[in-house]
Amino acid sequence: MGLPNVSEDLSSEMEVDAFRRLFPLRYFERHLAESIRPDGRPLGKARETSIFLGAVASANGSALVKIGSTTILTAIKMEVMTPSLESPDEGCLAIDFHMPPICSPIVRPGRPAEASPVVSKQLSDTISSSKMIDLKELSLVSGKAAWMAYLDIYCLDADGALFDAALLSAVASLSHLQIPVVAMNDDGKIVLVSEEDGQKREQEPVNKEKRKLTLRSIPFSLTCILHKNYILADPTAEEESIMETHVTVVLDTSGQLISLYKPGGPVLAYTSAIQDCAALTRQRVKELKSFLDKANSAMEVE
Amino acid sequence: METDRPDGRTPNQLRPLACSCSILHRAHGSASWAQGETKVLAAVYGPKAGTKKNENPEKASIEVIWKPKTGQIGKLEKEYEMILKRTLESICIRTIYPNTTTSVIVQVVHDDGALLPCAINAACTALVDAGIPLKHLAVAICCSVTDSGCIILDPTKEEEEKMKAYINLVFPNTIVSVLPERSSQVGSEPMAHGIMTSVTQGAMSVDDYLHCLDRGRAASARLSEFVRKNIGPKSTWLGRMGFLCR
Repeated sequence: MGLPNVSEDLSSEMEVDAFRRLFPLRYFERHLAESIRPDGRPLGKARETSIFLGAVASANGSALVKIGSTTILTAIKMEVMTPSLESPDEGCLAIDFHMPPICSPIVRPGRPAEASPVVSKQLSDTISSSKMIDLKELSLVSGKAAWMAYLDIYCLDADGALFDAALLSAVASLSHLQIPVVAMNDDGKIVLVSEEDGQKREQEPVNKEKRKLTLRSIPFSLTCILHKNYILADPTAEEESIMETHVTVVLDTSGQLISLYKPGGPVLAYTSAIQDCAALTRQRVKELKSFLDKANSAMEVE
Repeated sequence: METDRPDGRTPNQLRPLACSCSILHRAHGSASWAQGETKVLAAVYGPKAGTKKNENPEKASIEVIWKPKTGQIGKLEKEYEMILKRTLESICIRTIYPNTTTSVIVQVVHDDGALLPCAINAACTALVDAGIPLKHLAVAICCSVTDSGCIILDPTKEEEEKMKAYINLVFPNTIVSVLPERSSQVGSEPMAHGIMTSVTQGAMSVDDYLHCLDRGRAASARLSEFVRKNIGPKSTWLGRMGFLCR
């Protein structure tokens, strides 16, 4: 009695898998017609999100972000540098996005992945456009010394919506960032004061203590897929490869539109679709803001 | 509300356009496109046999190489390449030549603002010159928003640096048809109102973005007219006649 049932169950499961592999687009459209996705999510819902601050102890600021399976690790290193002549009162941010071969079957060792410089550029533009950080706050001595922040963002698992997770990770690590104490030595150069030297107090500190950056309006993003008349929020890598039209909307916490990024794709976006994507993103911004606030308050308790 | 522009243009006025085809002999298709001082040269080779790794051999693939005027290729150029590749893929009919690669080489001759739209227009014109099968053309336009909320079309480099935000938009070109009006519509909007590509820089409100869309659509209609005049049966016919006479 048990044996025929087992074989029937197994064969039907195999049939579903075969259908998914052979006809992926039809498989997804069958789900879309029922307003659901193969992983059980409704169309407008993003995957489960978690933020972990302070993942890298040796970095000045760090954050590990997971959205579904997509995992992004960001670490910030601060360095004192000479500011440029064009902006002597400002520090600098250098953002680099890395996709090591561990994150995806498509990425191979050696050559950087095609998506890496594109996401790097998008992140730099988004953070500079939103004016989240006042670069003057990173200045130490006008014309002579300023902070340079190196943000290294690593993708550990690429399962779709990389830019969303990377931006959230960068923002979280900047909110966690602690600017170290520095002092002017006899030669007039700025040197870092480690905690041991701090006790001696030979030198006059320029900053009295470690401090945090003031973040103004914080940008958050949501990527949607447009397919026929459907809008799918927060796609997985499989959904991204099957349906080719992506729209990424970035809004900040004051409601300003920082970026609306649609790089081609077979589906044309009309005004109603743009407005729907913006509405979904507004909802997502509130969610992510509360997640980030929770993570920061949890850090302060420690 | 009127803003004085340094070169004397009204807010909705485009810079003078210039377009010429078939200017390179070795390329299968080539085009030069200029908007004011911004000038881009595009060349198309292909379809050539074979497909690169990570590409789908069941469809024709497009490779875009962006050459800046000076210096090495950086992240900005990589981003432009990706945007151009995705945009051109969405206007080509890729099922006609499977397992082939078409190369589009974009050379920046001069950059005086609105560079990406100029390059997209040049690349589309070059694809037409090469005889690549297309669903429709794409017309690209740059809109910018001033601090006072005024919208300006086709900014120069100098204007771009002063603007609060700007948007590069790409639309399908308008359709001229003997069929009834309704057949070229998608739902309640004409097909030319759909956005193929949108790339923004700087912060603005969502309403400003929608206003830029309206201005961009109006300007793209004018661009469509210009393209239609310059890439018409006339030049193709003359080209063919020249070939036959030789």
